[in-house]
Amino acid sequence: MSELLKVDNLIKNFGGLTAVSDVTMHLNSNELVALIGPNGAGKTTLFNLLTGVITPSSGSVVLAGKEGTFPLNNKKAYQIAKLGLSRTFQNIRLFKEMTVLDNVLIAMTSRYKEGFVSSILRFPSYYRTEREMKEEAIKLLKIFSLDQQTETLAKNLPYGIQRRLEIVRALSTKPQILFLDEPAAGMNPEETADLTRLIIEVQKEFHITVLLIEHDMSLVMQVAQRIYVLDHGSLLAEGSPKEIQQNPAVIKAYLGEEA
Amino acid sequence: MKANLKTNAIWLGLMIAGYYLMNTLILVGVINSFIENMLVTIGINIILAVGLNLIIGFAGQFSLGHAGFMAIGAYASAIITNSINSPIGFYISMGVGVVLAIVIALVVGIPTLRLRGDYLAIATMGAAEIIRIIINNLKITNGAAGMFNIPQFADWATVYIMMCLTTIVIVNFIHSRGGRAVMSVREDEIAAEAMGINVFKWKLAAFVLGASTAAISGSLHASFLQTIAPNDFNIMSSISILIIVVLGGVGSITGTFVAATVLGVIDTILQNFGTLRMVIYAVALILIMIFKPSGILGTWELSFSRILKRIKVKRGVSE
Amino acid sequence: MQTFFQQIINGLSLGSIYALLALGYTMVYGIIKLINFAHGDIYMLGAFWGYYSINAWHFNFIEALLSSMVVGAISGVIIEYFAYRPLRHSPRITALITAIGVSFFLENGMAYLFTSDTRSFPQVIQQHNYNIGGVLISNIQILILVTACILMVLLQLIIKRTKMGKAMRAVSVDADAAELVGININRTISFTFALGSSMAGAAGVLIGLYYNSIDPLMGMTPGIKAFVAAVLGGIGSVPGASLGGFLIGMLETLFQSIGLSAYKDAVVYVVLIIILLILPAGIFGKNVKEKV
Repeated sequence: MSELLKVDNLIKNFGGLTAVSDVTMHLNSNELVALIGPNGAGKTTLFNLLTGVITPSSGSVVLAGKEGTFPLNNKKAYQIAKLGLSRTFQNIRLFKEMTVLDNVLIAMTSRYKEGFVSSILRFPSYYRTEREMKEEAIKLLKIFSLDQQTETLAKNLPYGIQRRLEIVRALSTKPQILFLDEPAAGMNPEETADLTRLIIEVQKEFHITVLLIEHDMSLVMQVAQRIYVLDHGSLLAEGSPKEIQQNPAVIKAYLGEEA
Repeated sequence: MKANLKTNAIWLGLMIAGYYLMNTLILVGVINSFIENMLVTIGINIILAVGLNLIIGFAGQFSLGHAGFMAIGAYASAIITNSINSPIGFYISMGVGVVLAIVIALVVGIPTLRLRGDYLAIATMGAAEIIRIIINNLKITNGAAGMFNIPQFADWATVYIMMCLTTIVIVNFIHSRGGRAVMSVREDEIAAEAMGINVFKWKLAAFVLGASTAAISGSLHASFLQTIAPNDFNIMSSISILIIVVLGGVGSITGTFVAATVLGVIDTILQNFGTLRMVIYAVALILIMIFKPSGILGTWELSFSRILKRIKVKRGVSE
Repeated sequence: MQTFFQQIINGLSLGSIYALLALGYTMVYGIIKLINFAHGDIYMLGAFWGYYSINAWHFNFIEALLSSMVVGAISGVIIEYFAYRPLRHSPRITALITAIGVSFFLENGMAYLFTSDTRSFPQVIQQHNYNIGGVLISNIQILILVTACILMVLLQLIIKRTKMGKAMRAVSVDADAAELVGININRTISFTFALGSSMAGAAGVLIGLYYNSIDPLMGMTPGIKAFVAAVLGGIGSVPGASLGGFLIGMLETLFQSIGLSAYKDAVVYVVLIIILLILPAGIFGKNVKEKV
């Protein structure tokens, strides 16, 4: 196992508030890691830092992927996405007024090159690219049993399916690392069980690294190979699910001082 | 591939048929010069509104300065054809207008497209006003008096062909990888960035493309009417283009065609009413916004590939 | 130095009119996040009311000023009720287009009813010029400045000291929460429009006195400039709008005095774009970022 993403002394201040303080962590390739912590611990902020939505105050993030080593700080979100870091959002951010198929096609934009002129003049290569993109999208949608709804507008999908589509969309950028921000939020136990299976499958099938924020501990304990615990912006603990379950500091953070 | 060819052929056929229909009607005398003027105005407005619809409806960027880019094309043609008095000169001037509009759209767009919603609207409106005020004070543009006796190289056929061409460019762009990227920007910028889309680049692309077609319409306007003045390109004219887009449906090119035609006809009918016409427009705009903010057609588009598919399905069922 | 002070005086007079207008923009934007495009046209209505009331009924200055404030307030409330209220939960762009429609309607409606001719405003107050150390100040300039300052102080008192003012501030922070604690949203918004529009009405009469000419399209450019002033000061902030108004007024007279009066409007737009880019929250505003 090699270190795919290396985070060193990452700090983010908002005015006087330190949302993420001195976080050092790493993700190995083909690993499924969970990031847990109480509400307001800075988990989503950390995600936003890693995916370039916000820039860190200091510290470094380095991707050591197949194509070489890239520092990610000060890169824009779309550049980071192109380098192979993809994500879902806590409060679903699909392209609502567009079809399921379009949602997936958009995520493939940067992987296909079709020039302006050939698109405008409809050269044969335009039709070829469009066909290839669609075939790939439908293949992917099929894996997630969404291929019957390609023409449905994203906003008209049921909540659970929307979450699934967001994962498909993230996968269609062909990421090396997939960040899932509370994928089970708002789901019933059945849907959560489905999702649990899905996440394990995705990670195996696509040979990617997954970092998962989740509050549903049963899900985390089932899927995670390693867990980071974040509290008040700093790392509290790291270890296997078993170690974390027995870590007194973690129990204290979750249950309060007197537990 | 075959279906694609078929739909393309239908569209092409429709455009050619439109051309010959107009040609015949003019020859027979059904279309007199009065109606011809109306049709040319409609055509120019379609070019303008289709470009603005790309920016507002598809890229989701609320620009209120479209008339500024039209002014650039108009003055480029007026100035250049005054010295190169030939059709070649006219097409050169159109090209110069487009290039100028692209440059200015970049200058305006690079800083302002970072703004959102109503702030962008105000900033682009300001930019268009700056363009107008500069034209108003330059010698080469003959200041506030405007320019007269511009050689006429654009007739209804030129306008018709340019209308078809610019629409093809914009519609084909919308249906390509770039068009989808542009629409994702409208839907959710943060999600689009996270999917590897350079939001700013695509916003700018839509803005520049829209601006360049506006310059073409400006060239046609100047050459057909032969008279232009800075005041033809003020805030009011930006707003009238906006009204076409909104009335037809923000995000529907078909709607833009319908709205431009309907408004063009109404405009001609109400010509004798003077100011009252504008009052009626204003009331119509308010009522549409309150009762049907999605416009006449919403985001519906006329699509032959969809119709063909449906026919195929029906045939399949009956067989 | 003399010309400098002269320009300051001229700038302050013009600026106080922009400030009065900017207040309406800032209050309305603060409470319903709408750029009320029609605000400049209420100022035009105020000026026309002043014109007719002075000519037809021989109102004096105070009567004309107060009655045009009432007219402004009523028109503001009517516009809000018919055009903006049905759209309160629509996208902001829809509301903005409606506001443009209302502006279009008022301008052309007035042009239709009263023709688009420019007419000269009746000089209800005889102009006197005072020479103070070489700087010319007219009584009208003093009147404009004093009136504007009184109105601004009054407005600030209403917003800070009265129950309605408190309700306005509450609604602008969070309308839903305000409703939960028993604030009547509709009434508060109407009141805001009344207050802002009365300032515009007053500004209309003052500009009539100052520039001595009015026409149905007179509201457009000052309206936009006043909006720039509101943005400059920090939209939503009352002191910001006043300060922004004075700054824009002085900037404009400055450019006029150095012989670039043809470009004075362009400069205001350049300022707008620069402010939006480097200080989008304005001088007194707060910056809000989208949460991911």
